[in-house]
Order: sequence, then structure tokens, then C-alpha cells
Amino acid sequence: MGLRSFFKRFFSGIFKKKKELKLGFYGPPNAGKTSLANRICKDFTGEEIGTVSKIPHETRKVQFKEKVEIEYKGKKMTFKIVDTPGIATKIDYEDFLKFRLNKKEAKERAKEATQGVVEAIKWLDDMDLVVVVLDATQNPYNQVNITIIGNLVARKIPVLIVANKIDLRKANVKKIEAAFPEYKVVGISARFGKNMDEFYEEIFKLAKKV
Amino acid sequence: MAKKSLGKIKGLSVYFLPYSEIKDLDSSERIKKILNIVLGNSILVLQGRLAPEEETRLIEDTMAMIGHVKNFKGIELAVISGSESDGFFDRLKRNLLSAIAGSDLTSITIIGAASIVKEIKKNPKKIELFLKGF
Repeated sequence: MGLRSFFKRFFSGIFKKKKELKLGFYGPPNAGKTSLANRICKDFTGEEIGTVSKIPHETRKVQFKEKVEIEYKGKKMTFKIVDTPGIATKIDYEDFLKFRLNKKEAKERAKEATQGVVEAIKWLDDMDLVVVVLDATQNPYNQVNITIIGNLVARKIPVLIVANKIDLRKANVKKIEAAFPEYKVVGISARFGKNMDEFYEEIFKLAKKV
Repeated sequence: MAKKSLGKIKGLSVYFLPYSEIKDLDSSERIKKILNIVLGNSILVLQGRLAPEEETRLIEDTMAMIGHVKNFKGIELAVISGSESDGFFDRLKRNLLSAIAGSDLTSITIIGAASIVKEIKKNPKKIELFLKGF
């Protein structure tokens, strides 16, 4: 090995370790991606990343927070938290009318939501690691979940599956584990901050795979 | 026992697409063909499955069409694999076969316009299509 190549490797090694990892949050609409991203950002920066709502497709643009230093059991890692719009195969403005939006607002929301889905997919290539956030009260065999995970595997991006909303009676983490036996599944409640310790532990394990 | 009824089924069209018909097409042409069938108000049953990147491309193209094609609100999509509960060696064998054939031909992909198919419920061994207006 030449001296120049030695120094190149040595310094790139140092910078690689200091690099800010892009941690993406993906999943179907209303699974709690923003709630979880908010919880992390609030815990470590004191600020939230975006607004949450019961109306699906509240996040219609990719939003991110840079230099979020997560500290867990004495270990520290810096991430760029990337919260993405929910990925769906259909968007019907009439579904938003049920939430007391008028027709114009519902149509605008639907239009922005379709653009958000495309934007979320485009960002997939930029991620270093991804948390797939699923609603533990819903059927995990939804094709969107399988498509997202399939794309991450194809791009060799490490994946952690989060079964969110375990505070709800209908939540079934075991069903999600059975649907994705090859992945680590962590059951949490982003809303109430339940089981976040296990989540952070798995994030650190996942970051080592990058 | 609940009274069973077949309901009124009128003009439901199911289009079977053998993998051989899309085998030689590139990804753009495949997705175009699939969306043309779906826009023709048929429920598409495709032998095999699309690659993950093609599935996201299908979603992207679908999103681009919502709002531009009248009454089009997207698609419902489901893939059933005949071997989801297989062990490691079964999957390895299947992957090798898929690599030779070019697709996982043990799978079936079902796609319908969201204006016709309200929901596709999938469990590992069962797939249910809930149609609008029934």
C-alpha cells in the first residue's frame, strides 16, 4: 500500500465515522412516522419536525432535521432525520371530505399528497438506513409495506420495522413479526414514548450495518 | 348460518396477463401495459410479479395520473406468493429458478383501479377483493 493511499484510507475512515447518517422514516399514511420523528427530535434537539393529524396525508412534503445527535447508554451518533410522506397506491379527495375539509381543500390536499408519494420514493436512494413505521392495529400484509421493504432490500439499505401504536387495544405486534420474520420488529408508542429504549438500541445496531 | 348471497355482478372484467407477454418489455413498457389494462376497467391478474423498483415506478406513474385522468383515483395492488412460508433452502431454490426464468412465476399479482376495487385484503394464504358497489 502506497503512503498516499494509506493516508487517504486513514482520513476517509475518520470522516466516515463522523458522517451524519441519513435516517429515513417510511411507511403507509397515518402509521405515525411524523409522531416518531417528532419524539426523537424533541428528545434530542427540543424541537419537533412537523405537524401530526388524524387526517391522512398530513405530511405531504419530505421534511428533515439535520445534526440530530442521539445519545443512548453513553454512545452518541449524529443523524439527519428524514420524515417522508406516507406511500399509498390510491388517493381519493372524497376521503378527506369526511374530515370536514371542503371540496377545494380536499382536492388540493389530494394533489399535494400524490406529489408527496412521488417525492418520498425519489428520496429512497439517498437514505443510509430506514425505519419502516407500521400501524400495529392494521393488517401488515398491505402491498405498500412489502413494496417499501423490497425496495430497501434491493438498494441494500438496512431496515428496522417499527410496530407503532402499541398503546391501542387492537395493536398486534406478533402479527407484524409473523409477516416479516426476517426483520427485527420493535413495538412502540410514539405518542406516549413507550419502549423508546429498545428502539434507540436497535437504531444503534442498525447504524453499525451502514 | 348467515344467508349467502352472490349479489349483483355486472360486467366485471378480469384480464389474465401471462408473464411471457411482458417478459421482453422494458420496465416503462411493462408499466404502461399494466396501467392501460387497469384504465380499461379490468382487474388484472398477472403471472409472476414486478421487481421492487418496478412496483415503486408503478406507484409513481399511478400518482402522476391521479387528477389528470378523469375519475382515476389510483390502484389497489396485491401480490400472492405461493411460497411465503418456505424455509431457507426452498427460497434459495426459488430465487435460482426466478433468476433463470426472469421473474418469480410462483407469484400472482392482482391490480385493479381503485374506482372498481375498494380494497384487497391479503392474508398469507387468502386474498379477498372487495368491489365498489357491492
